[in-house]
Formats: sequence, structure tokens, C-alpha cells
Amino acid sequence: MSGTPAPTPAPTSALAPGQTPARRPTATPAATTAPRGAPRRRRRRAGPPLVTLAGLLTLCYLVLPNLVVLLFSFNKPDGRFNYTWRRFSADAWTDPCSVAGLCDSLALSLRIAAWATLGATVLGTAAAFALARHRFRGRPGVNALVFLPMAMPEVVMAASLLTLFLNLGVRLGFWTVLLAHITFCLSFVVTAVKARILSMDPRLEEAARDLYAGPVRTFLRVTLPIAAPGIAAGALLAFALSFDDFVITNFTAGSAVTFPMYVWGSVQRGTPVQVNVIGSAMFAVAVAAVAAGQLVGRHRRARADRRAGTPKSWHEVAS
Amino acid sequence: MSATKVSGSEVRAPEIPGGDTNAPEVSADRARPGAPTRRGALPYVLLLPAVLWLLVLFLVPMVYQASTSLQTGSLEEGFEVTWHVRTYADAFGAYWPQFARSLLYAGSATLLCLVLGYPLAYLIAVKAGRWRHTLLVLVVAPFFTSFLIRTLAWKAILADGGTVVALLDRLHVLDVTGALGWTEGNRLLATPLAVVCGLTYSFLPFMILPLYASLDRVDVRLHEAARDLYASAPAVFRRVTLPLSLPGIVSGTLLTFIPASGDYINAELLGSTDTRMAGNVIQSQFLRVLDYPTAAALSFLLMAVVLLLVTVYIRRAGTEDLVR
Repeated sequence: MSGTPAPTPAPTSALAPGQTPARRPTATPAATTAPRGAPRRRRRRAGPPLVTLAGLLTLCYLVLPNLVVLLFSFNKPDGRFNYTWRRFSADAWTDPCSVAGLCDSLALSLRIAAWATLGATVLGTAAAFALARHRFRGRPGVNALVFLPMAMPEVVMAASLLTLFLNLGVRLGFWTVLLAHITFCLSFVVTAVKARILSMDPRLEEAARDLYAGPVRTFLRVTLPIAAPGIAAGALLAFALSFDDFVITNFTAGSAVTFPMYVWGSVQRGTPVQVNVIGSAMFAVAVAAVAAGQLVGRHRRARADRRAGTPKSWHEVAS
Repeated sequence: MSATKVSGSEVRAPEIPGGDTNAPEVSADRARPGAPTRRGALPYVLLLPAVLWLLVLFLVPMVYQASTSLQTGSLEEGFEVTWHVRTYADAFGAYWPQFARSLLYAGSATLLCLVLGYPLAYLIAVKAGRWRHTLLVLVVAPFFTSFLIRTLAWKAILADGGTVVALLDRLHVLDVTGALGWTEGNRLLATPLAVVCGLTYSFLPFMILPLYASLDRVDVRLHEAARDLYASAPAVFRRVTLPLSLPGIVSGTLLTFIPASGDYINAELLGSTDTRMAGNVIQSQFLRVLDYPTAAALSFLLMAVVLLLVTVYIRRAGTEDLVR
């Protein structure tokens, strides 16, 4: 599972046999006599599962490192390096903060990510509304200015920020990292929020205004609630990007040690098992949050359906 | 649910390069009746903070970087702008192999991402049915563990004498890759293959999500119509599915290639001194050697090369799209 040619069939050959050979169409008319829903199922099952197999192999490739991280969080390595399996131990899980500096770096990362998210979300949401809702001079220029930071390798942006700080004689540390993080998160927030606003039906706002809501009230009661998922997505993205960022932090941190910086620094002297514990815990918390969100969403939908008197399967049909 | 929403908006982001020229214009027209009076100052007030921020912390740094690249001097005596353009020639002369390697590795990783990611995106968008959400979560989930920790996990997976190496050795795969110059002896770590696999792994979700978004929008009835018109399965894929997923392919390849070309983490953790990429050189010049003019020149060169390639690519992809 190292991405060698083994699991990599060319897309054409993978998808081609995924459907059925040419004689298939003759069978299609026959399917119309079958009960409803049958043709679709037949078609899906008819193809050999090559596409499915290739897709699942890719999924394994994606998830494998997380499983390895989890596995090695229970390892008790002989030396300093945690790359080969020795024996089972839950020591690291019972005391994740026992390694000097690890939890401090985690706290610093969370602090920076929280402030960066706040800054980028406020600035980005305002800009997104202006870009999506108004026409003004210089709009293409602003669009380009927002887009460019995402269109170049991270290391270039990191290097340019470092030259700025060096030339101005700013001391590197918490503040330079925060400024840098807000800068690169900003574009992502603008893009996420703008996409949401643009996909919004303007007639909803017209309706609100026709019903004598003022501009402020229309904004607060109609526009903002509809845009909220976009803003939330942008904020979440900003948090994730900032928390996990290494390259830009590497250039602008000076002696400040965020969690990724800690991991990077520990590679030479041997990464402690506790790093795997924290990685696995983050994974578990996030997956649990997603699962809980799904359950709540399903529950809420089911309740709404019951109230509306629609059959439960209606949403499944619609989606 | 929330995770898929995140991915959804994240997916929409990359389409700006291709679609930005007309999409916002159209939607602005559509949006205008929604905002009835054009209060002249409001957009500027809303924009001002963000634009100022980006000017000061994105454009001005670029200018500083340009000026730094034209300076000469030393750390002790200070640097001065002397319009020493030769720095660029010297830097490129000294480090062109790393640049070539960057483009080669990033290109290979992008191609691998496409080949690996397409079936999965297709599976999720077309075939997964009620498993769709679960699969999407599984694609996004690895993000939740720190990028560096996951790359280190590859170090354990590909470790010398590990299961993977032993298996590939027994299957004689390592002989083949060794003959191609991708690996050396019977190890995977510290070889070009390991770096490319690491890059592929790192940026695979950036390929899958846009592909998924564009495949998801393809009307299944188009497939059925093509089948009813006696198109063979390969023909349906080539003439219907593939062209319709082209926007996803363009944004996916961009989202993979751009970050991969500047990456230095995979080359540092999974590679050796023979697999150093442009990012590694820039990083070490800036943070270890402290030769700022050379470092700034290299960074500028990387930006120029990537922007040039991306522009050409978007142009070509755009026209191809129109021709079809």
C-alpha cells in the first residue's frame, strides 16, 4: 500500500469495465417491465466492481496513516524512535502531557487558531458580502487580491512575510504568527462565504422587503441565517488551516513553538509516543463530532417530517 | 453533515480560477434587485479592512521580497539594494536541479492523485448511494490529525525491513522500481518513490473533493441517455462523464500541483539529500544559511514558474472546454 502501480489502474480502464459491455443496451428495454426502481438497481449491480474496488483501495491509502498513528500510540518503543512496533502499552494515553513542552505547544496552537479564526472570519465575511452583493469599481482587482494568496505555493507566501518582518525589524513570535495566519486564512473564508451568498435565492430577500422588513431586519432575519452555514464553514476551515499549519509558522514563528513546530522539532531527536496520542485523540474527537452532527441532523429531519406529515422516506428520495 | 458542508464550500473555492471571469458578474446582476438601493459607501466600508490587510500583509511583503532579492551584503554589515540581478542567474544556476525535481515530483503526484482519486470520487458521487456521507467523512477525516504526524506515519509504514518493504521485495516490485531509478536497493525510505507517494497522499483529498463536486452535478439521466443510444460503457465515460467532470479535473489538478510544487515536508521527512525540492532550498536558505537575497530570489523564481505553468494550463483547459 505504498502507492506503487499496484492499486493504480488508469481511469479509463478502471471505469470502462465498471459499466457493462456493449450488449447491455439491449437489456435495458426489458427492464422497463420490471417493477419501479429495479432498472437502477440492476444497472448498479451489473458492472463488475472494479471502480468500487479501485475507489476503496484509494480510501485505504487515505485512512491507513491514521490507523498507523493510532496503533503506534499504544507502542512502547525501545529507543527514542517510534517507528517499529515493540509491545503494547497504554502509558502514553494515561499521561499525554508528561513530555516537556508538548501540551504548551498544543495550547499555543489552539490560542493562535482561535484568534486567527476570529480575525479571518470577521474580515472575510464582510469582504464576501461586499464582493457578492455589490458592484463597485475595482471589483476584479479585489477578486484577484483575494485569489492570489491561494494560487501560489505556501512557501512563497511564508518567505515574503518573513522578508517583511525582517526588513521592518519586527521580533518574530506569537504576533507575527497570528498576523501571518489571518492573512492566509482570509482568502479561504472569503471564498467559502461568497459561494454561499451567491447560491442564495435573492427572491427570499425581496419577499422579506415586500413584507415591509427594513434593510437591517431583512439582513438579520433572512440574509444572515441563510449565510450562516457558509460563515461557519469558512470559520471551521480557517481554524483547521491555522491549527495544522506548518510552513508559514515555520518561517514566522521565531522561537514560538506551535504543535506542528513541536512535532517537526522532535523528528530529529525522536518523536514521543504522546504525539501519536494527541493525533489520534484529535481524529477521534472530530469523527465523533461529525457522527453526532449527522445523528442530530437526522433526528431533526425526522421530527420535522413527522410534524409535516410527510412519510419518512421522502427526504431520502429527495436527496 | 457539517463535514460535508465544509468540504462542499471548500470545493467551490478552487473553481474561481476558471469561472471567476463571468460567474460573479452574472450573479451580481442577479443579486442587485435583492439589494435595492445602491448605498454607495457600504461595499467600500465592508471591504476596506480585508483589502487593507491583504495589501499590507500580502502585496507589501511581495515588494519587500523583490527588493530583498536585489540586495547584496552580509548579515553583519547589513543588506543594501544594489540591483544585483545576477543573484537570480546564480541561484537558478546552482539550484535548477531542485527546481526541475519539484516540478517533476509535483507533476507525478498530481497525475497519481488523478488516477487514484477519480475512481473514489466517482464511487462516492455516482455509486455510493446511502454510503455517500460516510465515505465523504472518511475522505475528510484524515485532515483532523496533524499533517506532520500523518507524514511521520508513512515513515513507520515504509520503514526499512518493515512489512511493506518485505512484501514489495518478495513481489519483485522493488527490482522494477530500482531499475527505473525510483528506489535504491531494497529500501523505500529516502527514495524519490517515497517522496512522490507522500506528496500524493498529502494532497489527494484536494483532488477528490473537486472531482466529487463536479461528478455529483452530472445528471445520471445523461448516462442513461447515452446508454439508450447504444454507447458502449467506455464511450459513455469518454464522451459524457469525462468531459462533464473536466472542471473538477482542472481545479483538482491545480489544487494538488500548486501546493505540491512548493512542499518541503515530504522531501525532508521521507526523502534524502538527493530528493531535495525547491521548497527545501528556500527553507534552508532563509532559516539556516540566512542568505536572504538568494533565498528571496529563489522564492520569486518558484512563484514565477508556478504562476506561469498555471496560467498556461488554465488557458489550455479553458479553450479545450469550449471546443468540446
